[in-house]
Amino acid sequence: MAVINPNRPVLDVRNLTIALPTGGDRPHAVEKVSFTVSPGEIVCLVGESGSGKSVIAQAVMGLLPRTLPVTGGEIFLEGENIANADEDRLRELRCVRMSMIFQEPMTALNPVMTCGDQIDEVLRTHTQLDPQKRKQKIIGVFEQVSMPDPPRIYDSYPHQLSGGQRQRVMIAMALVLEPALLIADEPTTALDVTTQAQILELIKEMQRQEGMGVLFITHDFGVVCDIAHRVAVLRLGELVEAGPTREILSRPRHPYSRMLISSVPSMLPAQRTRHEGARMVLRTEKLTKVYGGGGMFQKAHSVRAADNVNIVVRQGEALGIVGESGSGKSTVARCIARLIDPTEGRVRLGEDDVALMPQRLLRKHRRRIQIVFQDPYRSLNPRRTVGESIIEGPMNFGASHAEALKRARTLMETVRLDPDSLDRYPHQFSGGQRQRICIARALAMEPEVLIADEAVSALDVSVQAQVLKLLDEIRERMRLAMLFITHDLRVAAQVCDEVAVMEKGKVVEYGPVADVFLRPSHAYTQALLAAAPGRDWEFGKFAAA
Amino acid sequence: MTVVLDNEVDAAAARAAAVARPNIWVRLLRHNSVLIGGATMLIMILIGICAPLLGTISPERIDPTTRNKRPGVEITVRQDDGSTLQRTVLMGTDSLGRDIYSRVMYGTRVSLIVGFSVAALSIAIGVLIGLLSGYIRWLDGIVMRIMDGLMAIPGILLAIGLVSLFRAGLGTVIFAIVVPEIPRVVRLVRSVVLTIREEPYVEAAISVGTPLHKILWRHVMPNTVAPVIVQGTFICAQAVLAEAALSFLGIGIPTETPTWGNIMAEGRQFFRVYPHNIFFPAIFLTITVLAVNMLGDGLRDTLDPKMSKRV
Repeated sequence: MAVINPNRPVLDVRNLTIALPTGGDRPHAVEKVSFTVSPGEIVCLVGESGSGKSVIAQAVMGLLPRTLPVTGGEIFLEGENIANADEDRLRELRCVRMSMIFQEPMTALNPVMTCGDQIDEVLRTHTQLDPQKRKQKIIGVFEQVSMPDPPRIYDSYPHQLSGGQRQRVMIAMALVLEPALLIADEPTTALDVTTQAQILELIKEMQRQEGMGVLFITHDFGVVCDIAHRVAVLRLGELVEAGPTREILSRPRHPYSRMLISSVPSMLPAQRTRHEGARMVLRTEKLTKVYGGGGMFQKAHSVRAADNVNIVVRQGEALGIVGESGSGKSTVARCIARLIDPTEGRVRLGEDDVALMPQRLLRKHRRRIQIVFQDPYRSLNPRRTVGESIIEGPMNFGASHAEALKRARTLMETVRLDPDSLDRYPHQFSGGQRQRICIARALAMEPEVLIADEAVSALDVSVQAQVLKLLDEIRERMRLAMLFITHDLRVAAQVCDEVAVMEKGKVVEYGPVADVFLRPSHAYTQALLAAAPGRDWEFGKFAAA
Repeated sequence: MTVVLDNEVDAAAARAAAVARPNIWVRLLRHNSVLIGGATMLIMILIGICAPLLGTISPERIDPTTRNKRPGVEITVRQDDGSTLQRTVLMGTDSLGRDIYSRVMYGTRVSLIVGFSVAALSIAIGVLIGLLSGYIRWLDGIVMRIMDGLMAIPGILLAIGLVSLFRAGLGTVIFAIVVPEIPRVVRLVRSVVLTIREEPYVEAAISVGTPLHKILWRHVMPNTVAPVIVQGTFICAQAVLAEAALSFLGIGIPTETPTWGNIMAEGRQFFRVYPHNIFFPAIFLTITVLAVNMLGDGLRDTLDPKMSKRV
């Protein structure tokens, strides 16, 4: 293997410009971007969606689609300009001198090949090792990425592994030939927070051992804080600011970086005034949902997605349910909204128990609980104008068209959108705007409880901050009871009065947000808090100067 | 008043999202197979409507003096009022002396009526069953087992069975072809419904108390329109062929009615000597089916771009 020259940057990008197809919202995907990655250094490219950070990674790897040509600038990989290198040369370099890991390890791995065979393919293409040696090397690299039982992983198919293990296989494949440059494109975004912490630690450790340069792409400032030596902030294809991590995080100069960093919610629970003796609006008692149970031809195999969940939401207060994927937090929300039927238990809404109420009687209680979903692109019917979507509910309950429309206009103002845009279609709005429309639709029903099921998880951090602020204002002003489902501890810390931590269907810790965050008593809560990226760094709030 | 935007990034995203694709009609007309298939179908429809104006004589008129004439021969037709008329038989005559050209032109009517009504009926019934079956869980098992049963019988066999149960006629033939086509539409619609019912906007509609029939009509059904239109064209082509096959077997529409299948059935006996009896209706049948299929392919490409890439 070639050694890495410690005095020369492994990656040197100069004035890189990549064109967008005509008809796009701007002429260039990336314009005049320059940065370097030195050996033994982790450089983070950070930016919101559409900032061009992934395009840069693809340009370096030579993976750009034809529609996005490199129109200017140079990319030097260990001194060799590869901006316009031909496919043969790129193939020689990939995996040998530069490697890439992707966001979704399930789709990045071939589902019909064992993990061992997939890495073996890399070795067969690029080395002259005999089969025995190749297998040894692969088992060795699996050990290096701290895989349990490497021979078993060698013979496993990707679907037999967990998300974290799959990402380790990807990393093993990327590093097996000891490249000088590793590009990681949001490698932990699809992972749970505890797994994310392990993978970040692994990447750091491998980078230290091998002395390679890492180009790390992320949208999460917590991750930046944990992993990066230097940061480059991208905005709409332009590099607005670059520098050492601590310096950028504590003294950002460009208004955009200041705005971005200020938008990161703090891990410290916000000071909130509690409404003493507020009325109890929603209470669940031993709410349980069991999935499965076996059909006519299947063996009984049941999962307790929610197990004896007891929570209380009071008027004007927000209860957060936090947990990793599969913890049952969404199941609880959907049982309460009666989008799925609970197996047993009670959901008390004032005096009524809606948990097992038949559909016929349930309908008049529907309006009392409203829900805002995660994906703003699928929450609105693309074939109906946003006005039609908002007035649908009130008209189901007997409001006249004119009346409902008048109210929809007021609500549009409440969520800070133009009331005249009611006759537009969802595709004419951005993600954040659509989420506001969904909030308006929920509010149109004048609900007692508003459930936000990961309602801000799909949004960029700056938009997220605004939607969170809006939700908080609405809760305060309308004295709404809110149930906030989230995997993001930072979000929970900022908008919740109380928080319930769920693990494997059970609530393991439940209490005021300050108590849970500052004095966690359950081991799982402690692990979650310890794994939160950037937990030790208090992101400053900067004036928008 | 202008839209109050979240921030610049969001504004840019909104602008990018607002870059609309060209109008659906423009995209359709740019597509060659839509254009060619559509134009051919239009010509066929015009032929069907204008059959009496295209220099035809009564297609059922039997004339023993002009039996088995080859195409291009000049004959003398004695009309009902006693006068005589000289005409060239473009496509010849059959063994009863009937003018094949007139019969083929009038036959277009039957074929198109069968094609369109089978497509319309099987889609109407199939969409209804498919929507209910896809959305109402307990109904699904029952309905789909019945559909599986229907699909297990070859379509043409089922049609033959159904026709022999009733008196032969246009209605019976349409009914017999519709029944085996329904399961295909049901399966297609059901699969769309199964994905759409999980969409958050459908769940949002449930939680604002929208009744079932409105959910199906407003939120679910519009998503089935594009695939169903495409499927409809293929059903239409299938129906035209099935009608011809039934008539050819002598169990379809009564033999005195001119249909392409009937003409071919009668020409079968003298096929070696007088191939024109089968040749001309067959050409029309082929062109029609080809045109409908081209239209269907083009519609699929334009309405459902994902599918065309996969194929």
